[in-house]
Amino acid sequence: MNIVSLNKIEKHYQGVHALKGVNLELQQGKILGLFGHNGAGKTTTIKLILGLIKASSGEVRIFGKDPTSFRSRELRQQIGFLQENVSFYDHLTGFEVLHYFARLKKSDKKQCHQLLDQVGLNHAAKRRVKTYSKGMRQRLGLAQALLGKPKLLLLDEPTVGLDPIATQDFYKRIEQLKQQGCTIILCSHVLPGVEKYIDSAVIMGEGHLLAEGNLDDLRQKAELPVRLQLQGDIALPDNLAEKAYWNEQGLTLKVAMKEKMAVLRQVLSLPNLTNVDQYLPTLEDLYNHFSASTPAPRENS
Amino acid sequence: MNDIITVANKEFRDGLRNRWVSAISIIFALLAIGLAYFGSAAAGRVGFTSLSSTIVSLSSLAVFIIPLIAMMLSYDSIVGEDENGTLLLLMAYPLSRWQLLLGKMLGHGAIMAFSTLLGFGAAALIMGSFSATTSWSELSVAFFLFIVSAILLGWVFIAFAYIISVSVAEKSKAAGIALVTWFMFVLVFDLGLLGLLVTTQGDVNPQLFPYLLLLNPTDIFRLISITYFASEQVTGLMAVTQHVQFSTSTLFLYLLLWLVMPTAIALTLFNRREL
Repeated sequence: MNIVSLNKIEKHYQGVHALKGVNLELQQGKILGLFGHNGAGKTTTIKLILGLIKASSGEVRIFGKDPTSFRSRELRQQIGFLQENVSFYDHLTGFEVLHYFARLKKSDKKQCHQLLDQVGLNHAAKRRVKTYSKGMRQRLGLAQALLGKPKLLLLDEPTVGLDPIATQDFYKRIEQLKQQGCTIILCSHVLPGVEKYIDSAVIMGEGHLLAEGNLDDLRQKAELPVRLQLQGDIALPDNLAEKAYWNEQGLTLKVAMKEKMAVLRQVLSLPNLTNVDQYLPTLEDLYNHFSASTPAPRENS
Repeated sequence: MNDIITVANKEFRDGLRNRWVSAISIIFALLAIGLAYFGSAAAGRVGFTSLSSTIVSLSSLAVFIIPLIAMMLSYDSIVGEDENGTLLLLMAYPLSRWQLLLGKMLGHGAIMAFSTLLGFGAAALIMGSFSATTSWSELSVAFFLFIVSAILLGWVFIAFAYIISVSVAEKSKAAGIALVTWFMFVLVFDLGLLGLLVTTQGDVNPQLFPYLLLLNPTDIFRLISITYFASEQVTGLMAVTQHVQFSTSTLFLYLLLWLVMPTAIALTLFNRREL
């Protein structure tokens, strides 16, 4: 079942043509990474999914229903949301903030304590949010998003301000939620290290979907070269020498994906080769590739 | 309904915590006791004097300060949450806009009502205990009427503040507009009416003129005290009402109307606000 489906969405928003014919489908239990520059249309997409704004044209369906309709307020019981740069109520304690939101979501006090424990804020639960660091606020925001038992999570820049350990914890938690059947949208500029956790990625630019699919699909579509890092006192044959250059780590070869195996065989047969490292294009490379390419003009049907 | 109470509850606790409630109560109590005790100082006496003159002069001072406090209390209610980022978050919850707005208004209204009751109520108790000339029954009815009308006036201006708060994008702008609104209702309107009287040399239909006062909730508030103590010598703009007598309940009805209309406008505008 599609938890989220956007069909030919156009959105004019505050004088800007924010979304231009966006189609998107997300199945239950999948994690989607939504990437793009500022102003690419990520936040507008999230607001549409939350039903906070109406599409100018096209169809938005969440759990099969229109999120802006009056009835769908009940849907929000099942949606968790963390926005960018949330600052909460400074004069309340962490627990009080969470408890306020819990009451609005018909969740109980017990879950507040559990969640504070899970995000590692138990020791600070009785301190005012004013005294929290950015990372602590972010964790409180996460706890807030997990109130109730959300079936759909929308997280905008969830790891901003988190230290590496907290980031790891966060991703572990995301994995757990996924296993429980939760559908998750992670929204970001580029997240280093997020590749392992997402099932598919969407790259947006200027209101268009520039690319969509799992990482392998995207790599094939992008046709970015594989990078081979060679070490040792070696002399390359002529056909490879023109593709090679030196950097700090040694000799680097850039090879198209389909030539990779042929080149590898050739390289491995070289005398004096001590080590080969292979680097596939990262999400960041893909992101740069797709967002640099100008969006193809589309016809509106 | 539950959600409205949850929001109102938080708002009221915020008011207690950041000392709004105690500050407003103390201001009102000092104002009332001070006026009652020193009200006749100009005539060379101090001490608790007549109840009617105390209430009338109290209402002409309160008419400045209550709207100002109400505006300061709630001008940032919605726009403040928006700047904080919590408005977007709250709207992603199973909570509709009207519930949020009414909940917050209810909370602010409760702060206003509670501190008005506390402040002026305490003043009434002190006056009753020390004044030899006023009976308790007289005092309690007069103060009850005054306190109820003062609370209503506060609510009217809270509703005005909400209209401002849902229509602007920045807190500072809301503060500015709130100040101008206060100034218009409290000063400019009456000056305009006086000017009209003077330039037309009193040639305005005397039957019509008192009704113009109903266009300003602060004037309605003052009329309530004045009509209750009809015997009191009235000067200034309020004197024009001598031609038409409004009953106290009619005046309360108009004040209620002044509460309902801006609330409805605030709700409509908030529903249209883009997030």
